[in-house]
Amino acid sequence: MNDPFQLWSYLAQEPLLWLTVTLAAYVIADRIAAALDEHPIANPVLIAILIIAAVLGLSGTPYATYFEGAQFVHFMLGPATVALAVPLHANLGRVKRTLAPMAVALLVGSLTAILSALGIAYALGVRGETLLSLAPKSATAPVALGVSEAVGGEPSLTAVLVILTGITGAIVATPMLNALRIEDWRARGFAVGLAAHGIGTAHAFRVNSTAGAFSGIGMGLNAILTAILAPLVVTLLF
Amino acid sequence: MIRNIAILLVFQLGGEMLARGAALSVPGPVIGLGALFVTLLVVPGLAERMRDTANGLLAHLSLLFVPAGVGVTAHLATFAEAGLALAAALVGSTVLAILAGVGAFLLTARLTGADGDE
Repeated sequence: MNDPFQLWSYLAQEPLLWLTVTLAAYVIADRIAAALDEHPIANPVLIAILIIAAVLGLSGTPYATYFEGAQFVHFMLGPATVALAVPLHANLGRVKRTLAPMAVALLVGSLTAILSALGIAYALGVRGETLLSLAPKSATAPVALGVSEAVGGEPSLTAVLVILTGITGAIVATPMLNALRIEDWRARGFAVGLAAHGIGTAHAFRVNSTAGAFSGIGMGLNAILTAILAPLVVTLLF
Repeated sequence: MIRNIAILLVFQLGGEMLARGAALSVPGPVIGLGALFVTLLVVPGLAERMRDTANGLLAHLSLLFVPAGVGVTAHLATFAEAGLALAAALVGSTVLAILAGVGAFLLTARLTGADGDE
């Protein structure tokens, strides 16, 4: 394979290249976030996506080709979701004492997320498949994709909206809740998890371990509630 | 570690089979989460043995969202057309959902006497 073009066409077909690019971009993004003292806007997911999008754009690689390689990373979302049971169990005592606050916060927060996303987008003229794709955006990715399909959205667009929601939550949560002087890590974590799923939870674990555990609970419970509420809301409204 | 990953996969697989078999709208991994949690209640020693694997996986949770996020490159036309409206909806609803969640949590905690951690 002396011809560089042949080398490229070999690499472009194998999962190895895009798997490597995904991990390398994330390592670089993590370094950048650390160098900026974990400033909220320097979100590692956001930086890694920008790096990879630039590489795909410059090399003219379609997303489907990229995903052939990156799917191995994507696959781990499932086992990671199951693994949330472990920190949840470790915080069992706290969880038992806060069942009522969690139940009320879950219902209020989940409805607020679905209704305000649909309401704001509708008011700004978004209609059809794009609008419906927004309904489950606060739920974790595997849930949101299934719900999007069920309500007539576009699952691949929902995946992007879910990620952007998570990044938004991870960026705004800490400055906003600090400004409001909210010191209860249980409330902070739970709200971030229900609004910004796994990316919010990843951020919460970086900030405080109690917040991380409650964020994982918020994410898990809202995954279940969104799967029930989003189809109901869409049926009632549209 | 391999044994712990096998345990996670077994619970995910069981969850997927239940979700698809009974046509539930709750996804398989979430059912797996619930089933593993119940199992840990019954077998507390398992939680201790799985702790490092679970924490290791969750410490890099952010990475796992990157491939789906890169999908934005496949939807540039939609974002060119409705990007501002979608951005407003995402930011607005995420802020409102966090505030509503925190507010409802703190208010209920105060009413039920569960306020104050520890």
